[in-house]
Amino acid sequence: MEAYYLEATPKTPKLEFDPANELFVISGRSIPENSIEFYKPLLDWLEDYVKTPNSNTKFEVKLEYFNTSSSKCLVEIFRKLEKIKEDGKEISIDWYFDEEDEDMQESGEDFKQIIKVPVNMIEVKEG
Amino acid sequence: MLNTLEYYQKMLDADNLVIAYNGDANTGLLNNILTLAENKLEKVEYSSRLKKKVFNILVEVLQNIHHNFDELETTDKSYYKMAFLLVKSQMGYQIFSGNFMLSKNVDALKNRIERINGLSDVELRENYRQKLNEGEVSPSGRAGLGIIDIVRKSGEKLEYGFTKKDDAYSYFSLKVNINKK
Repeated sequence: MEAYYLEATPKTPKLEFDPANELFVISGRSIPENSIEFYKPLLDWLEDYVKTPNSNTKFEVKLEYFNTSSSKCLVEIFRKLEKIKEDGKEISIDWYFDEEDEDMQESGEDFKQIIKVPVNMIEVKEG
Repeated sequence: MLNTLEYYQKMLDADNLVIAYNGDANTGLLNNILTLAENKLEKVEYSSRLKKKVFNILVEVLQNIHHNFDELETTDKSYYKMAFLLVKSQMGYQIFSGNFMLSKNVDALKNRIERINGLSDVELRENYRQKLNEGEVSPSGRAGLGIIDIVRKSGEKLEYGFTKKDDAYSYFSLKVNINKK
C-alpha cells in the first residue's frame, strides 16, 4: 500500500503514514477551522489500510495542540482502527503528552475512555 | 452586564494589555491575530503550561466567532466585526471577545452557557466525553464542543452579555478568566 505523507503547516499537523516502514504518526498542531476538509484524505487512506493492515500497528499521536473541531476527527480516525482489532490483529495508540501539559493528558484520557483500542499514555519529560 | 466594547475603551492604555483588536474580521485576520497572540505570549509568559492553555482557549474563542459568521445571513459588512482583548492580570489571563449574532439565537446560546456554567468538573468531563463520543461534526467543521472545552480548560465560569442592536442582530460579549493556579 502506498504511503501517505503530508508536511505540517502552522495550523495543521504533519502526517506520516507508511506501512512498509511501520510509521503511523500525527505530530504538531491541529487547529484548522474546518478539520473535516483536512482529515478526509487520511480517513480515506485508513479506510483502505484497515482492509489489509500490518500484523502489528502502532499509531502515534504527538500533538502539541488541537482544537475541538479536530478532536471529533480524531475520534473518527481511532474508530477506523477498531476494525483492525476486530479482525484479530494488533493495534495500539500511543498518546504523547508533555509532563506539564495536563490538558493534553486529560484529552488522551478522554479518548482512552471512548475508543475500543488500547491507548498508552506516554509522558514526555522536558529537555 | 458585560459589554466588551465598553471594556475595550477602558483597557487600551493599560499596561497589562497583551493584545487588542476591534474592527473587521475575516479568516485571514483571525489567523493573524492567533499568530500575533502566540508571539506575544511567548514574550510575556514563562510557564509553557499556561501559555499553551491560553493559546488553546484563544483558538476556540476565535474559531467560535468565525463559525458564527457563517450563520449571520447578511451581506452587510458592518456585522462582520469583532472586538478582542487578551489581558494579563495578577490572577492569570482574561480573554474578552465581542461579535454580532442573530437575535433569534440569543436565548439558545444563553441557556447553553448557563447550563455549562452550572456543571461541576466531573459533569463537564462527562458531558465532553459524551459529545465527543457522538462523533457528529457539522459540514463547516463545528463540533459543538467549544464552550464546554473553554470552561473545562479555564476552570472558570464564563461571563457574558447580550446587547440588542436591532430586531435581527445582537452583540455578544464574552469573558473567559484563566487562573494561574
